Amino acid sequence: MKPGQTAVISGFTDAELSVKLLEMGFLPGTAVRYNFMAPLGDPICVSISGFDLSLRISEAATITILD
Amino acid sequence: MEATKKIRIALAGKPNSGKSSLFNQLTGLNQKIGNFPGVTVDKKIGYTNLHSSLEAEIIDLPGIYSLYPRTLDEKIVTEVFVDDKSAYYPDAVILVADATNLKNCFLLLTQLIDLQLPVVLALNMMDLAARSGQSIDIKKIEKQLDVPVVMINARTGSGLAELKQALVGAAHKPSKKIYTIPEEIQPVVQQVRTHFNLRSDYEAYQFLQQPDNILALKKDDRELLKTWAKEHAFFPAKYQGAETVIRYGFIQQLLNEVTMRLPSADWKKFSYRIDRVLTHKVGGYFIFFGLLFLIFQSVFAWAQIPMDFIDQTFASLSGWMNGVLPPGPFFDLITQGVVPGIGGIVIFIPQIAILFAFISILEESGYMARVVFLMDKVMRIFGLSGKSVVPLISGFACAIPAIMATRTIENWKERLITIFVTPFMSCSARLPVFTILVALIVPDDKLLGFFNLQGVVLMGLYLLGFFAALLSAALMKWMIKTRERSFLMMELPTYRMPKWSNVGYTIIEKTKAFVFEAGKVILAISIVLWVLASFGPPHEMKQAEDTVRQQARTEGLSEQQMDDRLAAARLEHSYAGKLGKVLEPAIAPLGYDWKIGIALVTSFAAREVFVGTIATIYSIGSTEDTVTIKARLKSEINPTTGGPRFTPAVGFSLLVFYTFAMQCMSTLAIVKRETKSWRWPLLQLVYMTGLAYLCAFITFQVLK
Repeated sequence: MKPGQTAVISGFTDAELSVKLLEMGFLPGTAVRYNFMAPLGDPICVSISGFDLSLRISEAATITILD
Repeated sequence: MEATKKIRIALAGKPNSGKSSLFNQLTGLNQKIGNFPGVTVDKKIGYTNLHSSLEAEIIDLPGIYSLYPRTLDEKIVTEVFVDDKSAYYPDAVILVADATNLKNCFLLLTQLIDLQLPVVLALNMMDLAARSGQSIDIKKIEKQLDVPVVMINARTGSGLAELKQALVGAAHKPSKKIYTIPEEIQPVVQQVRTHFNLRSDYEAYQFLQQPDNILALKKDDRELLKTWAKEHAFFPAKYQGAETVIRYGFIQQLLNEVTMRLPSADWKKFSYRIDRVLTHKVGGYFIFFGLLFLIFQSVFAWAQIPMDFIDQTFASLSGWMNGVLPPGPFFDLITQGVVPGIGGIVIFIPQIAILFAFISILEESGYMARVVFLMDKVMRIFGLSGKSVVPLISGFACAIPAIMATRTIENWKERLITIFVTPFMSCSARLPVFTILVALIVPDDKLLGFFNLQGVVLMGLYLLGFFAALLSAALMKWMIKTRERSFLMMELPTYRMPKWSNVGYTIIEKTKAFVFEAGKVILAISIVLWVLASFGPPHEMKQAEDTVRQQARTEGLSEQQMDDRLAAARLEHSYAGKLGKVLEPAIAPLGYDWKIGIALVTSFAAREVFVGTIATIYSIGSTEDTVTIKARLKSEINPTTGGPRFTPAVGFSLLVFYTFAMQCMSTLAIVKRETKSWRWPLLQLVYMTGLAYLCAFITFQVLK
């Protein structure tokens, strides 16, 4: 995804992390926006249901999005 | 007269929802910080009157998103809410919700409702929500959830009266059930509920979900719960995931009904604009390090005045008491052991207070979260997390509050490494030692015309400590194996003005932690050291005193000179002096003699004692005046070489030793408390002191 782009979450690839992501509001079907990345490329800042969150690339990689 | 009744109220909510502001508003300074028994989490309790005959004890809990904890801190919340036999089980709960982001706040709310806890929903930041074009139908929320709802502003304190009223009158056991426990696990949930005599089905479900987080359970009970879960195919992660999805489904439907207009993110544009500057590729780091530099400058510049004042006050207090109290070992203990001991604690308060003022301002404004964001990738190379940055910076003031600040790090390995390396950061106790040694061996020249050479060396020592911390962290990362996943899921709050009273409370809280945690140990040790340094084998002491008196008579010394010599002789023949002499062969390769050895012994518990000991042993009386000590040290002759005792080689070797060595009993005590075993503090002691010895040895041998 490119900065400023929005996508819809379809699911997760990691069972352990998914529970935590779910609690933060990353629900399948929710829109998520990629805002910007940290200067060194990791972590990244995303917006979900109206608030900003920082995620490591490895964490974000477990979220799948609809094409 | 009517007896005052007391009820217990817990404050819950997600991080950054204004919980602490509300806590401060409700309780004012009427609060105390203790520990939850068995765990190392701070327990913040305050008191307020709900009405004239009803007092409320308010417990402030760490910010959480749900009953499933992620950090050590958060476990206590599970304990408080899930176990109705817990000593802190509340009579009512205030759930502080951020009105700009209700969705996240409601997750915990629905869980509390299912636990059938009387909840009052306090909607905070309504002004921000309104600015984003959102309006909320409060009556509808009340009806749908069957909980009282109050609008508050935690920053200004408005809505507090209504909140108190709701707590007294309207709070009741909620009648709604939001998550229905699936049919297939009903039998086992019922079994648990009857066995443990629990209040609600959901409580029983939580017992099955996380038996390890309910501390009051006996070991057998935990095993029993785990066996039952296995027997009935109760897979915690599976049900937790499903539960979260169901709850959010309910919340979304509720929000669709109660919010009038979808929020627009326009009001956040300002925040994004700031982010573009503060997290810029180059500028972001530039600003961060610039800020750090500014903070250190101010810490040292501003703290000097109050520190000098405290120093003088305690010195004159000690002197005054010396004159007033009759002589004798007990009063000597007070004037020379206890009073300077307390002074040694109080003197660090200004630096610690100023540093935490800055840290708290950065945290309140939302910048700290960006620092974590900026530094995470760099820190991970060394096995640390972005969240290690705050403890490491705090370590420059004092390792004790710094180590306590590591509790926010989720991953055990990252947290352990942070705790382990934080004492390498040059704390304020090292500064007096550095100052005097640098002044002694480094000429007061200018480097490149404008940099003060002594300042550059001092800066170098700080960097040395910092790099030692990073490299040791990398070493530990490689040594410790863990299967626990490390993750960084952290809200980046919108930028806002810090609330100054919260900054004030943080300063008080951290300073208190230092005074009471470290202070106890420093005081105790300084008394022990005083005894060691004042008493020796009686016969030998007397002989030494007689010799000095005789010398003084033949040399015709003044009373003052004789007293100073006497003190030096006493110290030499005391138990501490004996220890120094025993140590001499071991520390000779580092360039130290037994006199420095005594200083090493006495500063084992707290580094700053070095200066005082050196002053006594070189018989300059009890002065701590740098100029006097410096002059005396300069003239000290090394009997074997005939040259000065404090050559640059010896000086640098000592500087390196003090940079690395673990010489702080209070830190060891805190590490023991935080890691719950003696293993880590002992390892830390051996590793740091070993490294100090090795590096000091190399330094001396190279420079000799």
